[in-house]
Parts: sequence; structure tokens; C-alpha cells
Amino acid sequence: MIDQIKYLILKEFKLELRNKYALGGILLYVVSTVFVSYLSFKKIIVPATWNALFWIILLFASINGVAKSFIGETRGRLLYMYTLASPQAVIISKIIYNSILLLVISGLCLLVYSLFVGSLIQDIPLFLIVLTLGSFGFASLLTMVSAIASKSNNNFTLMAILSFPILMPLLIVLIKLSKNAIDGLENWDLNYLMVLMFINVIIIALSYLLFRYLWRD
Amino acid sequence: MKQNWWKILGAVLVLYSIISGFIFPVPAQAILHETIRNLYFHVPMWFSMMTILGVSAVYSIKYLSNSKFDNDIVAAQAANVGMLLGILGLTTGSMWARYTWGAWWVADVKLNGVAVSMLIYLAYFILRGSIDEEQKRARISAVYNIFAFVLYIVFIMVLPRLNDSLHPGNGGNPGFNKYDLDSTMRTVFYPAVLGWILIAVWVMTLRIRTERLKRKTLFNE
Repeated sequence: MIDQIKYLILKEFKLELRNKYALGGILLYVVSTVFVSYLSFKKIIVPATWNALFWIILLFASINGVAKSFIGETRGRLLYMYTLASPQAVIISKIIYNSILLLVISGLCLLVYSLFVGSLIQDIPLFLIVLTLGSFGFASLLTMVSAIASKSNNNFTLMAILSFPILMPLLIVLIKLSKNAIDGLENWDLNYLMVLMFINVIIIALSYLLFRYLWRD
Repeated sequence: MKQNWWKILGAVLVLYSIISGFIFPVPAQAILHETIRNLYFHVPMWFSMMTILGVSAVYSIKYLSNSKFDNDIVAAQAANVGMLLGILGLTTGSMWARYTWGAWWVADVKLNGVAVSMLIYLAYFILRGSIDEEQKRARISAVYNIFAFVLYIVFIMVLPRLNDSLHPGNGGNPGFNKYDLDSTMRTVFYPAVLGWILIAVWVMTLRIRTERLKRKTLFNE
């Protein structure tokens, strides 16, 4: 199992490096979205707006970045993978790989966004923790939704409409916590951090349990 | 007849709750006035919606464990009826909100919760519509149904801790059971809840039977 996961992740990295335009495309997507919002907003000084816009950009970038993880796979390659590895190994490796991908995306997003739109964050460590946990959560949920959407006919539209409503609990906690980080509150709200981790654990557990029903045609 | 007693019970209870809901005395409250009677119609919708959506999720789990096609029919039709109850709950709630809070829609956690549930189940139906093959549709939509239902439960449990609500019992508003729900109201409210749940289940079983018949004629059995 661990070996399988390791090899599958290595496989993802190799594939990603082999066609660099996909990764380059998603990174450019982040930069240009941020630039568009910079041109429309100039500097944002209201914390709530800054926060909301940041998460919306990140949400769309994540959906675009993760969507290809199953939708982009060819049928033949999936079949080959399924004969070699267990379904649990497939989903866990995809989740880990997408988490790393989203960490890169969200790091870049934060950097470019702070540069153009202005940085208002007062409690940077907390914001980074929230961003990391958010990336894990987005990655695991969107990987699973991508697997579901890839089975249907119009999968890119479906990817968005299936994921938005179930992303809400995650997103709302993330926005609340990152607002705290921006305002630089004295005490970290451990309750919400716990809730965030709890949601992450639930998503991963559900993906682990349910993916085996999803993978074979 | 023996199997149908609960349908009769449901109809009688709903009829009773409608009649007595309009003629029994209610406590006089500021702001609420006579709209308090909406309690008998608005609140039972949520109880029955959650029951029916729970049924839908359970049958999705059953489908995944034994792949019997009948379980998929139940799951889909339960989700259908759940949506109907959600729309009814939203309509009655919206009217109530207009006369007590002054607007058809207010920014409130419970309203956001129900909006999200509507989005989830609309997405569920679109997912079902976009897969042609029957077995595959049943399997994929069952996975989504379970995934979404669990996250929805998390959502409605997490959300109220984040914001205050205008609803009774939240954010410093007195709960209905403390002062307002006096013993007369209880005698109408509890039967109404039970009655509407039974009626919802009845509607669901009718839909399931129609679907089964449609399938039967389709396959000339």
C-alpha cells in the first residue's frame, strides 16, 4: 500500500514534469486572475473584501488545477493503473499529489496577490496555517469530486456545480479563520482550527471509503 | 388495510393540525401576533425534509453494499420529495419572514443552510441526468449523495456556531419552547410534525411505486 502510493505519486510528478504546459497554465491562470482583479480594484484596503476576493480566486484556481486529475486521465491509462494498484492507493496518492499542487498554487496566489492588491495580513503564521489546511481540504474534496465528475458526460460544468455546495462548510470556516489572521487577533481561535481539521479528516475518510465504488466502469 | 393505517393516521393528523392550527387559541406575542400559527406548517417541513433526506442517504449506502437497483429508485425519489419539502419550507418561511422580520429573504445561517441543501440536491439531479448508463448512474450518484449528505450535516452543525441567527432559540432570541410554545400549541405542533413526516413518506412511496411500474413497462415484465 505505502509502496503503491509512493510509486503513484512519483508517476504523477513525472507526468507533470513531462508536459509542463499544464502546470504552467494553471500558474499563469492564478497570476492573470490576480492581475485582472488588481486592474479592477487597484489596492484593496477593506479586510473583508480582500479576504473574500483572495479565497474566490484560490477556489477557482483550485478547481481548475485539480479538475484534470481524473477528468484529464485517458481511459487506457486509468485501466492500466487499476490493474496495478488498489483503489485506496490511487485516491490517497492523488489526494497527496493534489495537496502539494494546491500548496504551490496557493503560495503563488498569496505572493502575487499581496504584491499587486496589497497585503493586509497581520498574523502571518496563522494565515499560513489556514492556507495549508485549506489547500489540503480543497485538494481532497476536489479530487473526489473530479473522480465523480469524470464519469459523466459534461464533466467540467459538473465539477463546479458538484463541488460548490459541498465546499461551503470548508470555505466558510477558512474565511472566518483567515479574517482573524488578517485582523491579527490576540488569541488563535483553536475551536475553529479544530473544526477545520475535523472537516479535513471527514473528507479524506469519506474519499477513502467511497472511492472503491467509483473507480471501475 | 392493515398496512395502510399509518397513511390514515398521517392524513388525520395533518387535517387535525390544519383545523386546530387555525382555530385554537395561541399566546399573544408582540411582532409575531397571529403569524405564530405558521409554526404548525413551517417547522414540520424541516423535520420531514431531514427525515426524507436521511432515508435517501441510507438507501444510497444500501445500494453501494448490494447493488440492487430498487435501492437507487428509493434514494432518487426520496431526494425528490426532500426537495419538494425544502421548497415548501422555504416558501412558508419566506412568508413568515416577510411579516416578522420585514423581508422575504434575510441573511441568516438557517436560510443559508437550506439554500446549500437545495444546491446540493439540484446538483445531484443534474449528475443523474448527465449519466446515461443505468447501473453507472445509480452507483456514481449514490457516492455523491453520501458524500454530500455527510458534508451537509457538518455544514448545518458548524454554521450556527459561526453566526447568530434570527430564528428563535439562537443568538439570544428566546426559544419557542421556553415561553411561547404553551401546552395548547404543543397539542397541535407535535401531531403536525408526525403527520407531515407520515405524509412525506406516503408521497415518497407513491413516487417509488410509479418509478417501479415505469421500469416494469420499460422491460415488458
